[in-house]
Amino acid sequence: METFVFLFATGVSRGLVIALFALSLVIIWRAARIINFAQAAMAIVAVFVAFTVVGLTGSYWAGLIAALATGALLGAIIERGLIRRVPHVTPLPGMIVAIGLVMVLQAGLGILFGPEHRPVQAPFSESPFVVAGIPVLSPYDLFVLVVALAVLVGLGLLFNRSTLGLQLRASAVAPEVSRLLGVRVPRMVTIGWMLSASVAALAALLLVPTELGLSAHSADILFVQAFTVAVLGGLDSPIGALLGGLIVGVLITMVTGYLGAGYAPLAVLALLTAVLLIRPGGIFALKEARTA
Amino acid sequence: MKNIFLRAALITVLLLALTFLFDSFRNYQLAVIAATFCTVAGLSLLIGLTGQLSLGHAVLMASGGYGYALSAGPAADAGVDGSALVLIGILGAIMLSGAVGTLLGLASARLRGPYLAGLTLALVIALPAFASQLRILGGEQGLSAPYVAVPELLQSFIAPEQWHAWIAVLIAALTVTPLAVMRAGRAGLRMRAVHGDETAARLSGVVPGRVKVGAFIASSLAAGMGGAALCIITQSVTPGGYDLAFSLLLLVAAVVGGLGSISGAAVGSALIVLLPWLIDTAISAADISSALQHRLSGNLTLLIFGILVIVVTIMWPGGLAGAVQSRFVRRRRRRTRTADKPEHATTS
Repeated sequence: METFVFLFATGVSRGLVIALFALSLVIIWRAARIINFAQAAMAIVAVFVAFTVVGLTGSYWAGLIAALATGALLGAIIERGLIRRVPHVTPLPGMIVAIGLVMVLQAGLGILFGPEHRPVQAPFSESPFVVAGIPVLSPYDLFVLVVALAVLVGLGLLFNRSTLGLQLRASAVAPEVSRLLGVRVPRMVTIGWMLSASVAALAALLLVPTELGLSAHSADILFVQAFTVAVLGGLDSPIGALLGGLIVGVLITMVTGYLGAGYAPLAVLALLTAVLLIRPGGIFALKEARTA
Repeated sequence: MKNIFLRAALITVLLLALTFLFDSFRNYQLAVIAATFCTVAGLSLLIGLTGQLSLGHAVLMASGGYGYALSAGPAADAGVDGSALVLIGILGAIMLSGAVGTLLGLASARLRGPYLAGLTLALVIALPAFASQLRILGGEQGLSAPYVAVPELLQSFIAPEQWHAWIAVLIAALTVTPLAVMRAGRAGLRMRAVHGDETAARLSGVVPGRVKVGAFIASSLAAGMGGAALCIITQSVTPGGYDLAFSLLLLVAAVVGGLGSISGAAVGSALIVLLPWLIDTAISAADISSALQHRLSGNLTLLIFGILVIVVTIMWPGGLAGAVQSRFVRRRRRRTRTADKPEHATTS
């Protein structure tokens, strides 16, 4: 029972990080109808920048802001400089370019920073509170929880209650009509990329202190988990991303805790396969056009 | 059709003859290229013809390798050797990679672009971790495969590496020729139809699901043969060798060579085997600190491959094979145009 409670609490905190990353995939899907396979590599670049800034200034908050800014900048550069030049008739070239980008970014980081895992200090203590003899959440987990929830709520307000959010959604669903109505569609796509890359950078930054350390591949697994979550929840649905994140986070920590770390990726794979076979569009997805 | 067989036979004989000119390390490299070529050709056809992006072909190649090791190992213990041993191993590779490929293919038929890529990505991350947990697959160390010796008749003038190159080249010929026939024939046409417009294909009596599953299985079998060939050459199969990085390397070969092109796959396979070796040789020869060498080794290759993939996709969507071909076509067109001109002059 004690193990169960502890694992459940850890799973929730881990799940929120995954949900946040999944949300970044949802944002980019909503803005541009693509899945960015380079999301993890872009996020890790931002974390490396944050890491350097923390090393220079000694302030975690400066690093956090640096990560967000780098994410946004990277998103804008990559969308304007690269993705816009890719033919968009089928999703295939975009995916291939993103994978090429992953290789470039990870190799660049490897050359600049070396292959070793760098330890990253969390801004709050990572030793858990003990409630009634059971270790539950640590202050850092609580911090992750608060940040993740704040971002989720903020993005929900942005997308559903603001003009910018309406324009973002409109230009993704019907670019031609939006353009006729005076929405600057290319700008909206760029903003979508910036938002998405920032959120991904934040998720990766929150994840790194709980992992082995920072390396160019730190977020690879996070991407796969977040992809599973995004598919589970439907790529269109922020609420789906949140619920899916919690489910996958708890599942992963339970499997790791009870069976061993080697089985966690398998559990994710099994879940992803099951969801894709039962409901390829995701559980919370809107209905797509009929093809038959 | 006859053309394809003729060309395949010519290239095979040429490569077999070339092995006599190579030293043992060159022959080893040739064998690795041939093994990679099997997989890349299958992957390139799958992506180029049906548009199904698989990031998990390393897993299919690994299942070929494990299939070979699992069936050839006990066979060697039972006293089988020579070509019978290789055949039993290949049969095992075909069965295992076919089984894995069928399962994946059934899933792929229901999934569109990014979903299939994500699923295969999850697979390629999960399976090495899983394989290292399973005792039957040898854990982290993987399995070792029996050594295939040179037949006694040929022992006096063929070295072991050369013999392995022969086996790999023959396996590649037997794998890629059917792929080329499939690409040129009705099956290839159906795959292009499904890729172009699924609804239109359905209206013309093509069943998209069946075509996609078929293409995936064919591609998996090719990958499995590649895995078997690699297992013969290296006499082992390990989960660490077939990780995400290797899977992406296979994709690089298919994309840079030209998606859907067999000759492009050959160029791409040679590239991903030779370029890392060339760059590593250059790095270790360069006059730089050992720390920098350590950082550059591997990463520099990855950087170049990444840039290549991006540039090729944006500038020459047909890959290197397509770029060469279109230049050739343009030149021929120019030539015919200049030949046409006097005729036009007389008619006007």
